[in-house]
Amino acid sequence: MPDTHDLILVAVIAAGTAVTRFLPFLLFPPGRKKPRWLLRLSNVLPSAVIAMLIVYCLKDVYFSKTQGFLPELISLAVVFLLHLWKRQSLLSIVGGTICYMVLIQHFFNH
Amino acid sequence: MRMSIKEKVLKTAFIDTLPILVAFLILGMGFGVLMSNAGYSPFFVFLMSAFIYAGSMQFVAVSLIAAKVMPITALLMTFLVNARHIFYGLSLLERYQYTGKLKPYLIFGLTDETYSLVCNPSHVTNENKTAYYFLVTLLNHLYWIAGGLIGSVLGNVIPFNSKGIEFSMTALFTVIFLEQWRDTKDHAPVLVGIVSTVAARIVFGPDHFLIAAMILIAVSLLLLLHRRKGEDHFA
Repeated sequence: MPDTHDLILVAVIAAGTAVTRFLPFLLFPPGRKKPRWLLRLSNVLPSAVIAMLIVYCLKDVYFSKTQGFLPELISLAVVFLLHLWKRQSLLSIVGGTICYMVLIQHFFNH
Repeated sequence: MRMSIKEKVLKTAFIDTLPILVAFLILGMGFGVLMSNAGYSPFFVFLMSAFIYAGSMQFVAVSLIAAKVMPITALLMTFLVNARHIFYGLSLLERYQYTGKLKPYLIFGLTDETYSLVCNPSHVTNENKTAYYFLVTLLNHLYWIAGGLIGSVLGNVIPFNSKGIEFSMTALFTVIFLEQWRDTKDHAPVLVGIVSTVAARIVFGPDHFLIAAMILIAVSLLLLLHRRKGEDHFA
């Protein structure tokens, strides 16, 4: 059963998460003129952030053994090729994921 | 039968979120199982998934709660793990400006996965964008809550070996990356993102590199923009 301390922690974590999400909108409300550098930055941020998220997903990859990077490399190649071939997002994602699951469950034991 | 515009937007949002449905159900179940093993009820799992609604932070939260840490420790940990959300907000200031009453909910529900879809809504017309943002945010939120509840009720009864399913997130981001690459001639920001994050990962190791990566990205992009502004000036 959750006690009071558990509930306080959940409330604090929920509030802290909300702060990280609301902060930019609170700092720059619709009425306030946004600096030019910020507008230019916000145009180029999304593509840089998606790149960051991909690297973040692959953060535990290591190169000292083949099983440390080969399943990821092969599966990423599958996503690339499927997407360049058919350009069906769902197919590319499901294909790459199944490939990865088969590889790490049957061929590369971590 | 012809679909109304609302149905079309819902259909688009549902199809776009399908990969997230699969991943969130399974990751959410993983979270639910973890919580149920730690002795917490489905209702508590629901509270966390509904109100914290941040995947990686909730996994961290399980250990924070189990260890009964001080609230200030939990708060600082939350800021560290979730600092990347600040980037999402900064790049959506304009896009979310005219979303009206839905705006607070859209901001509350801004997870990595939701962000990756709303920052790249290629197939929705301008008038329907707010509805699309809302439906994507709501559907993802519901998938996450459902996954947590299922995991928490069923405990350890997972019908198949889901090891490796987390790659669906990598694949989702990669597909969005490819779509963005196709849509723009300006590839410098993507390369800045990759190089900065890889550099930070090498220097700081797998657990503490995200904040360094974000600072490096912001500084590099600002320098890049500054240099371009200089070039425009002479053109």
